[in-house]
Amino acid sequence: MSEYDPQDMLQELQQQMGEKLVIYQDRFFTFLHTNPGDLLALSRILRDKYGFNHLADLTAVDYIDSHGSFEIVYHLYSIPANRKIVIKTRVPANKPEIDSVFPVWPTADWQEREVYDLMGITFKNHPNLVRILMPDDYVGHPLRKDFTMRGRENVTN
Amino acid sequence: MLQTDQYNINIGPIHPSTHGGLHVEAVMDGETIVDAIVHVGYVHRAVEKIAESRTYTQFIPYASRLDYLASHLPTMGYVQTVEKMLDIHVPERAEYIRIIMGEFSRIASHILFVGSLAIDLGATTGFTYCMRDREKILDLFEMTSGQRMIASYMRFGGFAEDLPEEFIPAARNFLKNIPQMFDEYNHLLSGNEILQARLKNIGVLSAEDAINYGITGPNLRASGVDYDLRKAEPYGIYDRFAFDVPLGEKGDNYDRFMVRLQEIEQSGRIITQALDQLPEGEIRAKIPRIVKPEKGLEVYHRIESAKGELGYYIVSDGGEKPYRLHVRAPSFINLMVLPLISRGGKLQDIIANIATLDPVLGEADR
Repeated sequence: MSEYDPQDMLQELQQQMGEKLVIYQDRFFTFLHTNPGDLLALSRILRDKYGFNHLADLTAVDYIDSHGSFEIVYHLYSIPANRKIVIKTRVPANKPEIDSVFPVWPTADWQEREVYDLMGITFKNHPNLVRILMPDDYVGHPLRKDFTMRGRENVTN
Repeated sequence: MLQTDQYNINIGPIHPSTHGGLHVEAVMDGETIVDAIVHVGYVHRAVEKIAESRTYTQFIPYASRLDYLASHLPTMGYVQTVEKMLDIHVPERAEYIRIIMGEFSRIASHILFVGSLAIDLGATTGFTYCMRDREKILDLFEMTSGQRMIASYMRFGGFAEDLPEEFIPAARNFLKNIPQMFDEYNHLLSGNEILQARLKNIGVLSAEDAINYGITGPNLRASGVDYDLRKAEPYGIYDRFAFDVPLGEKGDNYDRFMVRLQEIEQSGRIITQALDQLPEGEIRAKIPRIVKPEKGLEVYHRIESAKGELGYYIVSDGGEKPYRLHVRAPSFINLMVLPLISRGGKLQDIIANIATLDPVLGEADR
């Protein structure tokens, strides 16, 4: 499983996913940009076929002002093959919902709870989606750009 | 077996054995743990939100305060991330000093781990020995920056000041004493029958679970997975040093304890080599007065901190402040397996389990 060419992998993925997958690169990473609906399928392929067993980081970025959406970023590593890849997907600001990757990588548990807590993105089929860093009765999502440093102005729930 | 009603025992948030504001709700059946519910967030200070309203330079002290027990390591992770974004080349001498300070931080953190584990298990003497040894490292930090714990000594491109004259002899003196230190720890702790009984075969974490739950650092290596970012993805100049990666077999509390003990020795080896090779020269690269990474640039950079994989994810919008800064805190993710390794054990084991996972709450809660 660990012996494969990264370029072959990208080609195979592109063939399998077709238009649903956009692949691009920068100085540091290869990015796989996909639709929220295809995220779970892509995750399963990456883990089972290419050995990306370490979901190092799962986070979200607020692009509501510029794109009207949130970007969710998954930094993946393969411990046996020592490779890295990034999955990115966007969810609209008016309906921030996405499938949980907990069934694929259990480490998503707390990381998704954190994104839910601070960004207000709902992860469908998460086993226990409750706030983690803020108190349970807290209103608002502090890492959103409309949550100002001065406090609760224009708080969206 | 006789079934009793389940009841909950609250451990923390204020309790010496939780190493900070950590609250664990143990669901008990008699004296057996059925489940443990971990509540974090008591030291949440919204570091990621603060970062969005500070310039890149202003965030350095906040980064130091993430893992206050090994403050050079989170600082190093942060400055390296921004250097990567700006494509800054750090002078040789500064690279070596970074290795020296980083590894001393790791030793300080691991010594405190040994000491706090000892006191959690009731061995107060072990704690005092460890604090005595850690003090010498804090003295070294004080020489370089005037600060003992949270030094904020690093800058983008290098360091604020060069090492003072007295630093290198004092550092060598500390390294010379490591074997003696180990003799004491082994006599007092690792060879101690009570300590072994409290740690062996308790809190077992399999390699598979460790990988699935994203466990990194000494906790992962104690489960037998050979994954050290200093080897797997060498950052800075780690590829120039010879050192071993200590591994455990079972992933129980004793393995986690022994792996960290051996890592102290390996860190000592790295520092010795770095001191031998330390070149003369500049300690700070020329960097722009105002740090502004180009628009749309994003970087995820990770280092092997004392607790595991510490990652910074920074997105730039071309301004003086980060558009988004996310900290992948190893303590936060390592704590996730506490319920998993505690289930089926006894109440007193949960204390040992927290101690050997070695969370630092400043980093877990951010």
